Amino acid sequence: MSTLEIKDLHVSIETEQGSKEILKGVSLTINSGEIHAIMGPNGSGKSTLASTIAGHPRYEVTSGSITLDGEDVLAMSVDERARAGVFLAMQYPVEVPGVTMTNFLRTAKTAIDGEAPKLRTWSKEVREAMEQLKIDADFANRNVNEGFSGGEKKRVEILQLELFKPRFAVLDETDSGLDIDALRVVSEGVNRAQETNEMGTMLITHYTRILNYIKPHTVHVFVDGQVAEQGGPELADELEANGYDRFLAAVSA
Amino acid sequence: MTNTPASPGTATDDQDATAEEVAGVEVGERRISIPGMTEEGENLAAETNSASDHSHGGVGESEKKPLTSGVGSRANRHTGFDLADFPEPKGREEEWRFTPIKKLAGVLSDAASDADAVEQQVSAPDAVTVSSLAEGAAPRHSVLQPADRAAVVAVKNAGEALHVSVPADAEIDEPVRVQITGQDAARRENSHIVLETGVNSKAVFVLEHRGTAQFNGNVETIVGEGADVRVISLQRWEDDAVHVGQHDAEVGKDASYKHVAVSLGGAVIRLNTNFRYAAEGAEAEMYGLYFADSGQHIEHRTFVDHNSPRNTSNVLYKGALQGESARTVWVGDVLIRAEAEGTDSYEKNQNLILTDGARADSVPNLEIETGVIEGAGHASSTGRFDENHLFYLMARGIPEREARQLVVRGFLHEIIQTIGVDSIEESLAEDLENELEIAGF
Ligand SMILES: Nc1ncnc2c1ncn2[C@@H]1O[C@H](COP(=O)(O)OP(=O)(O)O)[C@@H](O)[C@H]1O
Ligand SMILES: [Mg+2]
Repeated sequence: MSTLEIKDLHVSIETEQGSKEILKGVSLTINSGEIHAIMGPNGSGKSTLASTIAGHPRYEVTSGSITLDGEDVLAMSVDERARAGVFLAMQYPVEVPGVTMTNFLRTAKTAIDGEAPKLRTWSKEVREAMEQLKIDADFANRNVNEGFSGGEKKRVEILQLELFKPRFAVLDETDSGLDIDALRVVSEGVNRAQETNEMGTMLITHYTRILNYIKPHTVHVFVDGQVAEQGGPELADELEANGYDRFLAAVSA
Repeated sequence: MTNTPASPGTATDDQDATAEEVAGVEVGERRISIPGMTEEGENLAAETNSASDHSHGGVGESEKKPLTSGVGSRANRHTGFDLADFPEPKGREEEWRFTPIKKLAGVLSDAASDADAVEQQVSAPDAVTVSSLAEGAAPRHSVLQPADRAAVVAVKNAGEALHVSVPADAEIDEPVRVQITGQDAARRENSHIVLETGVNSKAVFVLEHRGTAQFNGNVETIVGEGADVRVISLQRWEDDAVHVGQHDAEVGKDASYKHVAVSLGGAVIRLNTNFRYAAEGAEAEMYGLYFADSGQHIEHRTFVDHNSPRNTSNVLYKGALQGESARTVWVGDVLIRAEAEGTDSYEKNQNLILTDGARADSVPNLEIETGVIEGAGHASSTGRFDENHLFYLMARGIPEREARQLVVRGFLHEIIQTIGVDSIEESLAEDLENELEIAGF
């Protein structure tokens, strides 16, 4: 059993007008096997939270902590966090010129496991995972994310989730831009990873649609850089019916 | 993460070009933008073929002289052996506008070679004849036509030329190696090499430049009918070397020719690599790989002269840049003359900028004087490896240094592969790792 614990996290970014605080004291604990949905309007800081957990250099933590089984995550470099078992499925996956998917997947897997995967079983594992996610076989020879459609990029993020087997996954709007078939395929991938690896999951989303496929244990409503309210799955139903108005009103009041 | 339209330092030089027409075919700016890469280019095959019905207006009967990117037609560029026809460049001239002229003083002057400027070693299999050619002795100057000041001063001052000759029908498995080692950064060398290959022969020539010198070297290659010839020119100089040169080839009927330029070391490198055809049915390619660090200027100019019908050409140059003042230039001229019907031609340059401050210029010039061609295309792109690329790879557990190596290796591998000599491919891969280490990655 592992625990990812975020305590009173404050995060700022540098803008042309100076430093701007985006996260204003976020506290959140995720244990292995749990799925936490983070739901909030655009601009509320969801991606900032996700990127900060992964260690993107643009985001500056001004106070608070993130720990993984008591270890200080904020002291780790980006790659160390990944090797410690934290995975971020990005809202906007980056195209990497010159590096084929095959080469990338093998290199990352080797880095994460600390040893190269057995060639034969690895190729098979990659091929099968791609099939399940309905990713065309020739994607293996293409450069990472280069020229992939939005939906294809999201599938490839989940492909990595399944292959790298992290202890904790942060899925940043993995559902956005997916049609209904793709949403189902991607959700199945997340559920498989969840079941096989006892993964703890932070599922960031703007819409409730994906919650028909991935069942959260806890729902956090995220507004203006803070968790405004948390509850069970029924909180998502309320958002579905009434939107974020109630929470937004509370913030501006 | 998002599109990276040319920011200062990544500018490709023809960005401001507006739509232009060559023989009625639009060849100007039509940009495809791929996130993370800027790319421009097009393939003219479809247009030119359909254009023969005159619906695009006067293909094949153009009244005005075809021009591209505001540059004078390559067909009218002066070539010749008279030094007086090539005044010392000031830096504003089209051929010199990217070049740091001042740093070339040691190789552009009309001066003889210094004693012991370079050591030259040739190793060749038995079937190959290695000799020398006095000035005026055939086949010297039968292919090479000096096209700028650098080439003409070297021709005038080179003295004896190295002559390597592969007889007809000989198939040489081991590469012929010419090892040129500069002895002193202050010493001038004018060099001339003639590579001659007979009908249906097969050979690989490796010209390797190491050490340091003020080196001005011309190379001419006679590719026999039906021959299969590769010329690999490796620029692995020390940091203070200067190298200018012109490499010309004439490609025989049904022959296959490949020139590969690899430029890694040297303060200033400026290589003009060119070929034309002797007849029909040939396939000719030029590949290039360059890696510029801070303080280096690496310039390659390629010219494909489709001077006869039904030949194929392909040019691909790829470069990586890192460090504050790293500077690279690629200018790719392709001229499809009126008589070159049935031509199939493509050229591409791609650059990868690894750190801020580096600058890559990339200028494809395509001139088409006939509409009756198979295809003609060009592409040019400059991509930036930025913190988002790095973040993505590191977020997958890959350490920073390995992430950079992964990207650079992947990008340049395509060119290394074209060399086809295992030992060289391996040692170049090693050199590239060292290049990355130099910058502290
Ligand atoms: N790099 C950046 N530069 C300027 N503003 C940013 C940057 N990243 C995020 N922001 C701002 O921070 C706030 C939160 O953004 P984000 O975390 O992307 O929200 P969400 O993912 O919930 O839509 C927004 O107001 C956004 O404009
Ligand atoms: Mg977001």
